[in-house]
Amino acid sequence: MSLSAAWSDRATPARSWHNRLLPYSLLTPAVLVTVVIVFLPMIEAVVTSLYEFVLFKPNAARFVGLNNYIKLVQDPVFWITLGHTAIWIGLTVPLQMGLGLVAALILNKEFPWRGLARALVIIPWALPSVVIALMWRWIYDANTGVLNEILLRLAIIQSAVPWLASPDKALYAVIATLTWQGFPFFAVMILAGLQGIPRSRYEAASIDGASAWRQFRHVTLPGIAGVLATAGLLRIIWVANSIDVIFVMTGGGPGYATQTLPLYAFVKARQNLDFGYGTTIAVMFTLLLGIVVALYMARTSREVER
Amino acid sequence: MIGKPTLPRRILTTDLPALGIVLIAIGPFAWMLMTSVTPQERLAAIGVTVAPFDWSLENYVRLISRTSFLGNMGHSLIVAGGTTILGLFVSVTAAYAFSRFRFPGRKLLMLQFLLVNMFPVVLLILPLFVMMRRLGLLDTHAALIIANATVAIPFSVWMLTSYINAIPKSLDEAAMTDGCSRLQALWRVILPLATPGIISTGIYIFITAWNEYLYALTLGGRNVRTVTVAVQTLIGEYQIEWGLLSAGGVVGALPATLLFLIAQRRLIGGLTQGAVKG
Repeated sequence: MSLSAAWSDRATPARSWHNRLLPYSLLTPAVLVTVVIVFLPMIEAVVTSLYEFVLFKPNAARFVGLNNYIKLVQDPVFWITLGHTAIWIGLTVPLQMGLGLVAALILNKEFPWRGLARALVIIPWALPSVVIALMWRWIYDANTGVLNEILLRLAIIQSAVPWLASPDKALYAVIATLTWQGFPFFAVMILAGLQGIPRSRYEAASIDGASAWRQFRHVTLPGIAGVLATAGLLRIIWVANSIDVIFVMTGGGPGYATQTLPLYAFVKARQNLDFGYGTTIAVMFTLLLGIVVALYMARTSREVER
Repeated sequence: MIGKPTLPRRILTTDLPALGIVLIAIGPFAWMLMTSVTPQERLAAIGVTVAPFDWSLENYVRLISRTSFLGNMGHSLIVAGGTTILGLFVSVTAAYAFSRFRFPGRKLLMLQFLLVNMFPVVLLILPLFVMMRRLGLLDTHAALIIANATVAIPFSVWMLTSYINAIPKSLDEAAMTDGCSRLQALWRVILPLATPGIISTGIYIFITAWNEYLYALTLGGRNVRTVTVAVQTLIGEYQIEWGLLSAGGVVGALPATLLFLIAQRRLIGGLTQGAVKG
């Protein structure tokens, strides 16, 4: 430290001016590219949401002010998809976390093939969403799917269930798939948290005669609370945004049964080419998600200060 | 907790539950693997074969010979490779600046990169489509690389910053007292030391870009069709031949999955660091 202080003392004024600008010039490429490919499109999205804009339509764009937003609040499908989004996040994230916690607790024990088990558990995380979606469509298939076959053999169901075609089951079938896709992320994060808990705490607890449950409740849970909160917030954002799996599995159907808000925006723009309204839905979704993002950012900004 | 449990007890309380978790994790993929090696007629008549002696590579042969799947792999390679290079190239100097300098606006700029990573894909995909159409970039590799960079750049700025943070500052200072300029210190001292971190960040970007689907579907087209989009089109063209589709899924997933398994130790170290500290 003293060396560098001496070094900068010797520097000429021109040199120190140069040094003060240096971090900004180092940042320029990254910031510039992000502004062009993220912030400009985002501003364009907000502007587009104020227009009636259907792609490939002659004299396409017409300024309509907040009309799209008024139309949105009156759109019954908006409220349906908003409800689905709530169920989607409210079930998927806790299920992923629960399964991830169980996996992490098991994989934290000592057994000879632990390394292999840890590597294999990560596989769902590494697979492309499209492949996951198609794979589960095959598993859920009403006529030849393996899930129906197993359940029929075990006499849990009496006749084959069209999992993805029935309006009251499709959403839960997709949630099960997303739970499967996302639990390794939690398992890995929680595992890292578990390894950070000092062994001595468990030893102290067990000398005090604490049962396994009480050790879990009073040593393990407090030890991983931070990880759970951070990973949970990250995952809410990720799950809310994730539309590729639903899109490939059901396309939002049957009817609107598996349509979430971001998927509704995507489908509106892609199939109806209604970019004005589609973007309006996307902007509204972003505003709602912004609440969670703000919570996460507040957590992380403490990290940046250091 | 104290004292080693006996073997049967360990098997019952540890090995079996671990086996259960592993089966949940790999079961569906294993099922797809078995589907892909079951010949088409057999699949239609009886169903998936579990017995290894009935397996055949028929579906894979058809996949390679009858579809353009290898070409699609090439497109995915160009897009994922291009995204990796662009993402790393732009982020290295930014990460160095965040790690080594304390300057006005640092926190704001760092949070800006974090915030960018949280933007919903749907919000970006529609204006990006309009933008690419205006620039005549639709259905080119450039369009997909740019779209993937929206995720790759912020991610790698954060990852690289934490990797460079782990390299002692005294090394830059030593290099500079030896007469190096800042940039020379970055180039000659820090970059070589950060190489493992740069490689794992690059691998993660590559995997994410390889697996990406929505941008590839929206901004790609007839000329540039990546593996993830191609897998899906196997449905339409062949009226759900599950054997062929599974073969496509397995081949399409292979590069990213292998990379993930090879690099997992280092990758996970980098990814969990932030969350555990926070």
